[in-house]
Amino acid sequence: MMTLLTIFLVMLLVLTAFAVERTKDLLSAVIVFAAFSLVLSVLWLILKAPDVALTEAAVGAGITTVVLLAVLSKTERYER
Amino acid sequence: MNNRLLHTIVKMLLPVIIVYGIFIVLHGHLTPGGGFSGGAILGTALVLYGLAFGQDASLKIFPESVSKYLESGGVLAIVVIGLVGLFVGGYFLSNAATGVPLGTPGDLLSGGIIPLLMIAIGLKVGSTLMTLFNALLEDE
Repeated sequence: MMTLLTIFLVMLLVLTAFAVERTKDLLSAVIVFAAFSLVLSVLWLILKAPDVALTEAAVGAGITTVVLLAVLSKTERYER
Repeated sequence: MNNRLLHTIVKMLLPVIIVYGIFIVLHGHLTPGGGFSGGAILGTALVLYGLAFGQDASLKIFPESVSKYLESGGVLAIVVIGLVGLFVGGYFLSNAATGVPLGTPGDLLSGGIIPLLMIAIGLKVGSTLMTLFNALLEDE
């Protein structure tokens, strides 16, 4: 059961990483990147590294998203 | 602009986030997390307030002059604690020799100087994130 969950999460991780790279809408890319960080945080927890998981959730899903959104408000929304 | 929903949810969520950040910072020597993670959560709470109510409102409760002193003070506190350890115990950041009571392992007030270091790191990281956000959003 645990192995199945890990395989599912890793596949979701790869999928979100591809989605961040492929999408042209930068706002969607930032939101998908937050989802990527969240999945990675759960994976750290499964790998028995709760310290890294907490930092990943706080920095990856929190601060990085906010800073990238602030940068996005200064530039354009769509990639050319 | 009708953003009463956003304001209400942020007002309800903000105390919970701040209490959680303080919990992570104060339990840095006992549980996962510590100064950096807790400081990042505290910084996220401040940035969330700034995003919801505007930069002027967030600068009113957490002005530039306060964050300036918190940033430098956090680093200075770590260096001063380390130097006290160097002069009293013989090496940088030496713990038991500084005379701070060690307490029983597992208690909240234990670990000698480690909780003090965690509080210093938490204040430093939180105020640095706020300064970073303000610097990004300010007009040229």
